[in-house]
Amino acid sequence: MNKKSFFLLGCLVFWTLFPAMAGTSLAASAKDNYRTYCAQCHGIQGNGRGVNIRDMSVQPRNHTDASYMSQRSDEDLAKADREGGLAIDKSVLMPPWGDTLSPAEIKDMVQYLRTLCHCTYNAQ
Amino acid sequence: MSPNNLLLRLFPVLIATIVTMTASPVRAGESAGMALLERRCASCHNLTGPAPTTIHALWARKAPDLFYAGNKFRKAWLTSWLQHPVRIRPAGEFYANHVKPGPNRDMVDESTLTPHPALNAADANLAAEALMTLRAHDDLIAKENVPPGTISKSMGSLVFDKFLGCMACHRIRPDFGGLSGPELYTAGSRLKPAFMASYIRSPQSWDPKIWMPNKHVSDTRIVQLVHYLQALSKGKSHE
Repeated sequence: MNKKSFFLLGCLVFWTLFPAMAGTSLAASAKDNYRTYCAQCHGIQGNGRGVNIRDMSVQPRNHTDASYMSQRSDEDLAKADREGGLAIDKSVLMPPWGDTLSPAEIKDMVQYLRTLCHCTYNAQ
Repeated sequence: MSPNNLLLRLFPVLIATIVTMTASPVRAGESAGMALLERRCASCHNLTGPAPTTIHALWARKAPDLFYAGNKFRKAWLTSWLQHPVRIRPAGEFYANHVKPGPNRDMVDESTLTPHPALNAADANLAAEALMTLRAHDDLIAKENVPPGTISKSMGSLVFDKFLGCMACHRIRPDFGGLSGPELYTAGSRLKPAFMASYIRSPQSWDPKIWMPNKHVSDTRIVQLVHYLQALSKGKSHE
């Protein structure tokens, strides 16, 4: 194998593996953020049955509910995450996480929510 | 050597002796107190800072940081609580490490929580004295000014629950409220007013990765919340 072929093979391996590695890292980060910040109300399984919910006047969203989650755009989910429930005419019990999570982390969180509901935005 | 010269030569020694005699009991006390903290507290509590800056460090934290205890706690409460400790965080620290799925909702797994050890009266006093000297974030405290005041229970509850949604994570009675944050029905006797104000204003300034959000609470609301928490801890409020 000459130097040029070796270089091209290296590039191919990098381009093949790097996005996968990056994706794994981002997903893990959003999953960790979910466990830290969201799970206290939305549940450690994402089913809206968190440890805090017993006395809440409004129950947290079930993030595994594909029929509801598919009606929410990615921007809506990001806005609720960033600015809190009131920003999308929902409950004050959903707080803003914009001072805790970076814009990139919030973007990743939206993608993580899509993995919980196994759904995409599907406006009807 | 004349008596006057002798006196002049001995004067610094005399002053040093007086200073040492008056200061050493304090320093000895401080030293003993810090030694006690190191021996009894440091295996679970961070006494030196900084607070966790990554999520995994946050998850690994066994107990609240104490490196700013002197700015956070009221000494009288510390002295009393250390002798008769009662759980403040219903779901422990870090909460998700102590929660498991239940039939209707996630439940606190009590078997994973360990009681805080109790100290005898002398050690509690010594520890409280030493904790009061741990004063990181003086700058944040200096920015706060909470005037003395009162708030009706109904108004305080409205602000705490309906306007700001704090009850989602905090208990305001032993049988009401969320579990992932510390209970707040004893916060008024436990915490200094300026600390409460500063922490509500920006939890991340004290604990960058904490699971309490910054809700951008206004100055007026912060004062109302502090007065409400003080009223709760007194077991009475102005109706």
